[in-house]
Amino acid sequence: MKNAILTASAAALALVATAGYASARDQVQIAGSSTVLPYAKIVAETFGETFTEFKTPVVESGGSGAGIKEFCKGVGENTIDIANSSRKMKEDELKSCVDAGVKEVQEVKIGYDGIVFATDIKGPDWALTPTDLYKALAAEVVVDGKLVANPNTKWNQVNSALPDWDIAAYIPGEKHGTREVFEEKLMAAGCKDSGALDVIKAGGQDDKAAAKTCVAVRKDGKAVDIDGDYSETLARIDSNKTGVGVFGLAFYENNADKLKVATVNGVSPSTETIASGEYPVSRPLYFYVKKAHFGVIQGLKEYVEFFLDDQMVGPEGPLAEYGLVAAPDAERQQQRDDFAAGKTM
Amino acid sequence: MTDATLERLPVAKAPARRDIGLKRRYAAERRFRFYGLAAISVGLVFLAVMLLSIFGKGYTSFVQTSVLLPITFDQKVIDPQNKRDSDPNVLVKANYPVLAQRALAERLGISPTDKPQMAALKGFVSDGVRTQLRNMVVADPSLIGTTKDVWVLAGANIDSAFKGQIDLDVAEGNRKVSDKQVAWMNQLRDQGVMEGKFNTGLFTFGASSRPETAGVGVAIVGSFYMMLIVLVLALPIGVAASIYLEEFAPKNRLTDIIEVNINNLAAVPSIVFGLLGLAVFINFMGLPRSAALVGGLVLTLMTLPTIIIATRAALAAVPPSIRSAALGLGASKTQTVFHHVLPLATPGILTGTIIGLARALGETAPLLLIGMVAFVADYPTTPLDPSTALPVQIYMWANEAERAFVERMSGAIIILLVFLMAMNITAIVLRRRFERHW
Repeated sequence: MKNAILTASAAALALVATAGYASARDQVQIAGSSTVLPYAKIVAETFGETFTEFKTPVVESGGSGAGIKEFCKGVGENTIDIANSSRKMKEDELKSCVDAGVKEVQEVKIGYDGIVFATDIKGPDWALTPTDLYKALAAEVVVDGKLVANPNTKWNQVNSALPDWDIAAYIPGEKHGTREVFEEKLMAAGCKDSGALDVIKAGGQDDKAAAKTCVAVRKDGKAVDIDGDYSETLARIDSNKTGVGVFGLAFYENNADKLKVATVNGVSPSTETIASGEYPVSRPLYFYVKKAHFGVIQGLKEYVEFFLDDQMVGPEGPLAEYGLVAAPDAERQQQRDDFAAGKTM
Repeated sequence: MTDATLERLPVAKAPARRDIGLKRRYAAERRFRFYGLAAISVGLVFLAVMLLSIFGKGYTSFVQTSVLLPITFDQKVIDPQNKRDSDPNVLVKANYPVLAQRALAERLGISPTDKPQMAALKGFVSDGVRTQLRNMVVADPSLIGTTKDVWVLAGANIDSAFKGQIDLDVAEGNRKVSDKQVAWMNQLRDQGVMEGKFNTGLFTFGASSRPETAGVGVAIVGSFYMMLIVLVLALPIGVAASIYLEEFAPKNRLTDIIEVNINNLAAVPSIVFGLLGLAVFINFMGLPRSAALVGGLVLTLMTLPTIIIATRAALAAVPPSIRSAALGLGASKTQTVFHHVLPLATPGILTGTIIGLARALGETAPLLLIGMVAFVADYPTTPLDPSTALPVQIYMWANEAERAFVERMSGAIIILLVFLMAMNITAIVLRRRFERHW
C-alpha cells in the first residue's frame, strides 16, 4: 500500500517533470460564441485533416462575452489566439484588450446568421410582423393611447390572422447574443411601427428610456427566457405544441422535420433571403485574431486563411451547408484582402 | 407465608385494562413503513425512468451503419503525375472522397457522367472516408492500382434514416434525406452490402463535427489522465493530512478551525475550484489552457476534503484498544499508526477515495473555466496537451443540432455510467472483503 503510493507519486512527478510545459504551443486555441462554435468546429476539423503538418485547433465554447474576455487577457502562449463572436466587439472590450497589451486585433466577418420563429410541424402557417411580436411580448403596450401592462393573452388578440393560441414564446435569455438581435430587430422595430414609441415619448420619457421600455419583455410567464441552447427550446416546443420558439437558421434547418417556420414581414427565412437582406432578422458573425501571435503559434495564419477560403465560407462550402449564410462575393473578397493586408481594428 | 397473608392477595384477577395505545402504535408503525416503502418506490421509479430514457435513446449509438464498397485505388486520382516517390505529400493531399463516390455510383448502377444523380449521392457516405482511405494508402502505397472491398461509414443522416429515427412521412423538403437516398438505402440493404456494425468509432474517435466520426476516445484519455493525477496527488496528501490531524495534532482551537474549514470545503460548489484553478494554475503558474494536468489539479483540490473526511472517519473507527496494546508493547507512536491503525483503516480510506474519484469523474463545472469544455479532435500524448473529459463530451453533444448526436450523447452517458458503476462496485467489494467489525 505505502510502496504503491510512493511509486505512483514518483511516476507522476517524473511525468510532469519530463513533459516540461515550456515547449512552444503548436496548436491554435479558440474560444467564444456558441453560435459560431459549429462553424469553427467544421473548419478546425477540415483544417486538421487537410494540413497534416498542423494539429487540429482546439475550440472552446462559452459565449461571445466570455471568449472576448479571455482573448483580451494579454498576448503570449497562455492566452487564446482567436475569439469567436456573434456580435461586433464593443468599444470598451477593445479598450480592455489594448490595455492588456493586445494592441493589434484583426476582425474577420465570416457570414450571417438568421434568427427564425418556429412552431411545431403540425401547427398552422404563421405570418408574423415585428408589430405582432411587440404587442404580444412587450411588458407594456399602448391601449387607447395609454401605456398599460400587456393585457393580451392570445395570439389572435394581437392580430386576427394569427391562431387562437395562448401566447407562449420561448426566447433567448439575456446572456445570449441572439437576445440583442431579437430586441433590436423585432421589439424595437415593432414598437416603432405600431406607433407605440411616439406614445411612450409623449408620455415624458426621453429617447433612451423609451428605447428601454420598448424592448422590455413581459415577465408574467407568457414569454419564457431560455438560457440554454436551441435544443432546450426545441424540447419546450415538443412538450407545448402551441408554443413559439426562437431558433438559429442552422438549427431550424437541421430539425425541419419537427418545426414549421414562420414568415416575418411576409418573407420566409432562407440563406437566399437573408443574404439579400429581405428577411429582416439576421446578424453578422465574426472572429477576432491576435496579430502578435502570427509566426509564434504554428498554423494560426494558415487556419484563418483556410477559414476565409471559398471552399469553407463560400456559398457552396460546408459552412453554408450547415446553415451559415455566406456573405456576398465582394464582401468575402474584401475580408480576404483586409486580412492579407493586415488591417487591424 | 401463612394462609392469612395469602387470602389478602387478589386471586388471579385480571389487571384493569389500561389503554397503552397498542392499536395506535401499531398503526403508526405500519404508516411509517408505508411511507418508507413509498419513498423508496418513488426513488426507484425516477431511476427506472431515467435509465429507460437513456438506454432507449442511447442503445442505437453502439451500432453504426456502414456500406461495403469496392474501392478502386485509381492512380489517376491519387497520384496523376506519378510523383509519390519524390513527394510523399501527394498521397496525403489526394482527393480520396472521389474514390468512394465512384465506388458507390458503381454499386448503385449510376453513370459517373449523370451529374444530378451524382450530386444526390453527396452526404450518403461519410466525409470521414478521406482520412480512412488516406491512412490505408499511406500505410501501404502498393494498394494503388488495385481494387479492394472496404467498409466505409454511412453519412449521419443516412445512418439516422437507416435506424428509423427520421420520420419518412414528413414532406421530402422538410427532412434531411431525400426519397431518392431512401430508395438507394433500401437497395443497398437488399443487396446485403449495407448494415449496422458495432460502432467501435464511438470509443476510438475524438470529437468531430460529423456525428458518424465523433467518439469519446479523447475524452476517455483526458478523464484517465485526470483521474491518475487526482489519485496520485489527493490520496497521499489527503491520507497524510488526516493521519496527522487524527493521531498527532493537539486538539486546540487551531485544529478545530482547520476541521471546520475542511468540512466547509467539501460543500463548496465545484465551479469555485474552477475559478481558483484559472487564477492560480493558468494565470499565475502559466500552465497551458485546456490541459488535463490543470483539470487534474483542480479536481484534486475538489476531492481532497472528501478524502480527508473519509480517512479521518476510518481512522477514528479503529478501536483505542489496538493503539493501547501497541503502545503497551513498546511501539512508538509512528509504529502504532503505520503498523496497526493505518492497515485496519485502509478499506475505509479506499472506499472514500473511490467515491471521491467517482465524483471527480462526473464533474464539468470546474473544467469550463480552465478551457476543457472544448472541441478537441487530436489525442493528447501527455497531460499537458489539450483534452476533454467524458461528462464534457456529453455536454457538448447535448448542444448539437444534428439528430444523430442525440443518440451519441445517450451512448456517452451509458459509457460514463458504466465507468461510475464499476468504480462504485469496486468500492463496495473492497469494503466487504477487508472491513473488520469490532
